Amino acid sequence: MNILVITEPAAAGEGKWNPASFETLVAAQQMAAQTSGRLAAVVIGKGVRALADELAAYKLDEVLLAEHDLLEHYTPDGFTIALRQVVGQAKPDLVLLPHTYQVRDFAPKLAASLGKGMIGDCIGYRHENGRLVFVRQMFQGKTAADVTFAGAAPWFASLQAGAFRADQGARGASPAPITAVAVDLKQEQIRTTPLELFREAKQAVDLTQAPILVSIGRGIKAPENIPMAENLAKLLGGELAASRPICDEGWLPMDRQIGSSGQTVAPKLYLALGISGAIQHVVGMKGARTIVAINKDANAPIFEVADYGIVGDIFELIPALTEALEKK
Amino acid sequence: MKIAVAIKQVPAKDAPLRIADSGDWIRETDIGFEMNEPDSFALEEALRLKEKHGGEVVALSMGPERTKQTIKEALAKGADRAIHVADDKFYLLDPLGSAESLAAAIEKEKFDLILTGLQSDDHGFGQTGVLLAELLGLPHATLIMQIEVQDGRMRLKRELEAGWFQWVELPLPAVLTIQSGINKVRYATLKGIMAAKKKEIATIPRVSLAGHEPTQHVERIYVPQKTKKTEFITGTPKEAASKLLEKLRHEARVL
Repeated sequence: MNILVITEPAAAGEGKWNPASFETLVAAQQMAAQTSGRLAAVVIGKGVRALADELAAYKLDEVLLAEHDLLEHYTPDGFTIALRQVVGQAKPDLVLLPHTYQVRDFAPKLAASLGKGMIGDCIGYRHENGRLVFVRQMFQGKTAADVTFAGAAPWFASLQAGAFRADQGARGASPAPITAVAVDLKQEQIRTTPLELFREAKQAVDLTQAPILVSIGRGIKAPENIPMAENLAKLLGGELAASRPICDEGWLPMDRQIGSSGQTVAPKLYLALGISGAIQHVVGMKGARTIVAINKDANAPIFEVADYGIVGDIFELIPALTEALEKK
Repeated sequence: MKIAVAIKQVPAKDAPLRIADSGDWIRETDIGFEMNEPDSFALEEALRLKEKHGGEVVALSMGPERTKQTIKEALAKGADRAIHVADDKFYLLDPLGSAESLAAAIEKEKFDLILTGLQSDDHGFGQTGVLLAELLGLPHATLIMQIEVQDGRMRLKRELEAGWFQWVELPLPAVLTIQSGINKVRYATLKGIMAAKKKEIATIPRVSLAGHEPTQHVERIYVPQKTKKTEFITGTPKEAASKLLEKLRHEARVL
């Protein structure tokens, strides 16, 4: 099976990668080996030759370089038109992408413009009887689903952040050849005008450095209940964090948010209080060394990743933990 | 502005899910359904745009008869009318098939703006908005945190990864997917609920715009196998708390 990986430079960092690119490359290396296929990867943008050189050190058959002045800033139209030409030239059976925000923005369009579909946000795959079965989550992680492609290639699939280990990428014996792809793209084909990139107010707290995080979710119910969790965090020598809904409500600032749209953390202890464990949250914290989950719903997906679980009411357990810690 | 909002009805957040015997969906009996939360932010945004710029908000939803309950909620909150694409087996559709069915239902209406949530809490494909735009030949932008409309163009704040945002401009008509948390969602008032009873729900059969063959097939749905062994701690809250701290100190050694 011939595979094409679409890599992604970081949105705001010059000369840097979105690291999920290498997770996808690792998955693609495995699949190419299992199916005795050819592996190519494309770098798209403007002035991204250095990234292509870096990528060529990995074990793959070819690096494609799709550069154009109009690809300097991402637009869904520009990237779709350019990548359709890349796919036309590379003729892959399978196009693999990291499931980043940017990929979500253009990949379904790219696939549909070729009359094809994408299996999005896969957490793994199996190579069975000569075909690939992709595994993705449904119902916010409460169920998994085995999904296969129907119809003719090319097929498109995107992989969830953290599903594969970026550091396991195999290096090649010699650098892979880099082939420039001529991109035909005109300004009038691009309907989006990209303007400035920016960050909101400076981050007040860097949760990635905290050894212990006490994290709250919907189960906290009301902002009046947050101080008791904050106090518990303080007693444990940690920081307070939260899942997205808490920050969306404005109960805590966005820089306390863990998950795909917030921070990715790997503390030594992560205490999840009243967090159901939606995929978007779990990708941000599953790397923690020890995960404790307290939730009243025994079927909450957060228990899938927890080392220790208590099925119970956080409004009874937070005071109980606080009391036990204060006694010490 | 003439605005369509695609909303989906999904199982309630706390609904205990069991897999159907067919293995391709869940058992729908005995569970509650609600408006897909990301879509409720899109509906709210549509209502606010109408309040500011005038026009009409049309709720669009696909699903079986039960979907009407969510459609009525949208009407009670302030949508002017609704289109219900009736299909009992909507859950067998792939993302492209779903989008083609929704596109077919609205393509003749010439909406200025089509909004939807960033993904559904059931399938979680997260592709509907982008595909609707492609199928209808419209530009799109996703993960929108702010919308400013002026002179037939929009200035939009998009959320990127790792704390970054970007302003982009887009002409109308267009399709936007709304990031959750963009606004505070309103509740339906009693007056709204009464008014909704007189509003039109056009139920139409599902037809596909281009009639693509399915591109993918869900072979089976299952409860995921645990990759980690969770040790459950039981007892009264007091007992559980002290057992947990004991384990964190001496077994996991993280305290």
